[in-house]
Amino acid sequence: MPEQTQVLRIKRQETPNSEPYYEEFEIPYLPHHNIISMLMEIRRNPVTRQGKRVAPVVFDANCLEEVCGSCTMVINGRVRQGCSQLAEGLGGPVTVEPMSKFPVIRDLWVDRSKMFEALMKAHAWIPIDGTYDLGPGPRIAPHVQEFAYLFSRCMTCGCCLEACPQVNSHSKFMGAAVIGQAYLMSQHPTGKMNLDERLDAMMSEGGVADCGNAQNCVEVCPKEIPLTTAIGAVGRQTSIKWLRDLFMK
Amino acid sequence: MPGHHIIVGGGLAGLTAAMKLAEQGEQVDLFSIVPVKRSHSVCAQGGINGAVNTKGEGDSPMIHFDDTIYGGDFLAHQPPVKAMCEAAPSIIYLFDRMGVMFNRTPEGLLDFRRFGGTKHHRTAFAGATTGQQLLYALDEQVRRYESAGLVRKFEGWEMLSLVQDESGDCRGIVAIDTRSLEMRAFPADTTMIATGGPGLVFGRSTQSLVNTGSAVSACYQAGATYANGEFIQVHPTAMQGEDKYRLISESIRGEGGRVWTYRESKPWYFLEEMYPAYGNLVPRDIATRAIHKVVFDMKLGVDGQPLVYLDVSHLDPEELNRKVAGVLEIYEKFAGQDPRKVPMKIFPAMHYSMGGLWIDYNQQTNVPGLFAAGECEFQYHGANRLGANSLLSCMHGGNIAEPAMINYAKSHKSAASSTIFDQELKRQRESFDKIFKMSGPENAFALWRELGEIMTENVTVVRYNDRLKTTDDKLLEFKERWGRIGLNDKGKWANQEVLFVRQLWNMLELARPVTLGALNRNESRGAHFKPDFPERDDANFMKTTMAAWSSDGPRFSWEPVDVSLIKPRPRRYDVEKSASEPKAA
Repeated sequence: MPEQTQVLRIKRQETPNSEPYYEEFEIPYLPHHNIISMLMEIRRNPVTRQGKRVAPVVFDANCLEEVCGSCTMVINGRVRQGCSQLAEGLGGPVTVEPMSKFPVIRDLWVDRSKMFEALMKAHAWIPIDGTYDLGPGPRIAPHVQEFAYLFSRCMTCGCCLEACPQVNSHSKFMGAAVIGQAYLMSQHPTGKMNLDERLDAMMSEGGVADCGNAQNCVEVCPKEIPLTTAIGAVGRQTSIKWLRDLFMK
Repeated sequence: MPGHHIIVGGGLAGLTAAMKLAEQGEQVDLFSIVPVKRSHSVCAQGGINGAVNTKGEGDSPMIHFDDTIYGGDFLAHQPPVKAMCEAAPSIIYLFDRMGVMFNRTPEGLLDFRRFGGTKHHRTAFAGATTGQQLLYALDEQVRRYESAGLVRKFEGWEMLSLVQDESGDCRGIVAIDTRSLEMRAFPADTTMIATGGPGLVFGRSTQSLVNTGSAVSACYQAGATYANGEFIQVHPTAMQGEDKYRLISESIRGEGGRVWTYRESKPWYFLEEMYPAYGNLVPRDIATRAIHKVVFDMKLGVDGQPLVYLDVSHLDPEELNRKVAGVLEIYEKFAGQDPRKVPMKIFPAMHYSMGGLWIDYNQQTNVPGLFAAGECEFQYHGANRLGANSLLSCMHGGNIAEPAMINYAKSHKSAASSTIFDQELKRQRESFDKIFKMSGPENAFALWRELGEIMTENVTVVRYNDRLKTTDDKLLEFKERWGRIGLNDKGKWANQEVLFVRQLWNMLELARPVTLGALNRNESRGAHFKPDFPERDDANFMKTTMAAWSSDGPRFSWEPVDVSLIKPRPRRYDVEKSASEPKAA
C-alpha cells in the first residue's frame, strides 16, 4: 500500500519587498499532524514536491496551544492559528498563506507591531498608583468577572484585522482587538476611572467610528470573544462623550 | 543618575523586573525573541499560590512554606522560599489591582482552588488561563512605562552572549535582530536573564518553541554556575502531539478530575488507591511515577499504549466551563473529543526545570552584574516544584532583583572600555560566519529530534547510571555531528535555520550538566528517581549540584542546603503530612 501523504501549497516571499511565489511540499500523512508539525517536518527535509532542495519555510510559532497567537496564518482561505488546524479531515492540497493585512517579514512570518502600538495609543492598562503592597483590589461580582474574562483572553493574534474589510491600505482603522481591550479595561472598577482617556483614543483617527459593521471579526475570533458587543458599547460611550464634550465646552 | 539595565526575556519574571525598575525611574532595555505578550508564561494554566486563608481552613504562609519545602524534598535553601511564601498574598493582591480577572466568590472576593501537594485551597486563578492573564497584566503595565519612555523594547531580538570586562563582570550583552540578522553590543550597568526553561533540550515538552535554554547556556559557557540541572519535572498529564506535548493542567484534578486505567476490565483509580491521603492531588513527581509504573511495569496502559485516562466526565459541565474551560478547549481542539463526555487520554511529559542558573538570595549569579529570575534560575523549588508555585516564583524573583540591581548599578558605575564590546561582537560575527559556511550532510532539526528523544528516554522519569553514561557519550557524538550540519538556508534575512543551529549547540552544552548531574546523584529525591538508589540520602546528597563550564565538560562541586528553618523529614503522600510528622519550626 502506498504511503498516505498530504500536500502543502505554501505562499513564500523571501523579503518584505520581493515577489511572492508558491511552493508545494508533500509529506507523510499523520492524523495528529497540524500545520505547524507539518512545517516542522519540512524543516527536517526541505525538499519540494518537484524534488528541489530549498530553504526551510520561515514561520512564526511559539506555544502551539493556541494561547500565544503567534502562528496565525491563512489556511485554505481562512485565517486561524496553524497549531490548532489538525491534518485530519483537511484533505489536500492545503494552501497556507501569510496574513495579508500585515507586512510580510518572510514567508509566513508577518509584522503585527501595529496591533501593539494601538494598545499603547488606547491606554489599555489599569493605572495603578504603584506596585507596593496596598492590599486587595476592588471587589468584583462573579458575573462581571465572567463577562470581562471573555475579553481578557484576546491574544492579539490579528484574525479580526485580517477578516475586516475596513482594515486595508486606504484606512487607519485600528481593528476590533484593541476596541475589545479598551472595553475590557472599562469593566474593571479602577479602569472605569480613566475611561475618558481610552475613549479619546477610540474617537481619534482610525477609531471605533471606522467600523463598517461587517461583523467578520466575531466570526473568525479563535477565542470567540464578543467583539461586536464591545464595538457597540464603545461606540455608544464615544457618542455620549462627544455630546458631553460639546456641552461642556 | 538612574541606572541602566538589560532584561533578557519578557515573560512573567522579566516583565516584573522591568515594571519594578521603571517604577523607580531606572532605564530598562527589554529583549525578547517574540513580542513579550507571546512569551511562554501564557501557557501556565492553573493558577498562582498564596496563603490568604479565605476558606476558613487555617492556611498560612508558614504552611505554604512547609508544603513547598516538603514538596521539593528538602533541596531548596529555606530562607528565600520562606520569603516567597510570605510575599505571595501581596503578589496576588497586586495582580488583582492590575486588573487580572481572577475568579470570584459570590461575595466578590478572590476565589481559590486546590492544587497538588497541599490540603488547602490556596491557588488563585483566572479561568484556566491564569498565566496568560498575569502576563497580559504585566505587559499592560510595562507598556505604560514604555509610553513614558522608561522601557525600550527590543522585540524580535535574541541574546547571543554576555559582554564581560577583564575581571569577568557582566557589562552588557551582544544580541541579534532575528529579522535583519544585524548584531549589536548593548552596554548596561546590570543584566538580568529571565528566559524561562530549557524544554527544547528534551525535544518535545510542554514548553514553547522559544524555550531552548540557549541564553542560559551562553551564560553558563561564560562562567555562570548552573545549579541542580538534573531536577527536571515531568508533568503527569499531557496530550501527546507530533510538535509538542500539550499540558492538561493540574487544576483539572484540583476541580475533581480522576486518573484511572482499566484493570481486569474495571476502572482502577490507582492514585486514589496508592495515595489515600492526597489521592489524585499527589505532587507531580509522585503521579508521574505512578503512571509509569502502571503503564510500563504493570502493562495496563489504555489500549496497550502508553496512555491513561484523566476523567472529568462525572463533573458538572457548567462548573467545569466556569473554572477550567480553557484547558478543556485545548483538549477538545487538539484531540477532537469533548472531555466533558469522554475521558481524556494523557501521559507524562517534560514540563519544568527546577534547576537553573545559580543565584544568591538577591537573584545575582556568580557573575557580578548578572542576575536571573524565573524558571531559568534554581532557587525556589528544590527537587520538585509544586503546581502554581512557578508563576509565584517568577513574580517574586523579579521583585527581589529590582533593589539588588539598582544597588549594583549605583556602586559599579565606572565606564567599561569599548574594546570589550567590539571584541565580543567580533567573536559573535565570526561564529556566525562559520555557521553560514556549514555544508555537511546533517540536518540541524533532525539532529535536534534525536537529542530530544534520547534525553526524554533516559533523563526524565526513571534514571539508570549506565543509560545516563550512554546519553552523555551520545551528547559528545551529537557535538561532533553538529560540526557536519549543512545549512539549507544561506539567506541573510530572517534566516531561522542559522539561528537554530547556534541554539542547538547551546542545547547540547546545557544537556551535559543535566545528564551528568543526574549521573552523579546516587539517590532518589523529588523528580530525580533512580531505581538502583530508591531512597533519599541526606547524609551524602542534601546539597546543591553546581556545574561550571569548561572546554572538557562540566566541572562539578556541591553546596550545602540551608535547612535552618524546617528540619528535613521523610516525604510521604500516602498519609496526612501533619498526622505523621512534626510541624514546621
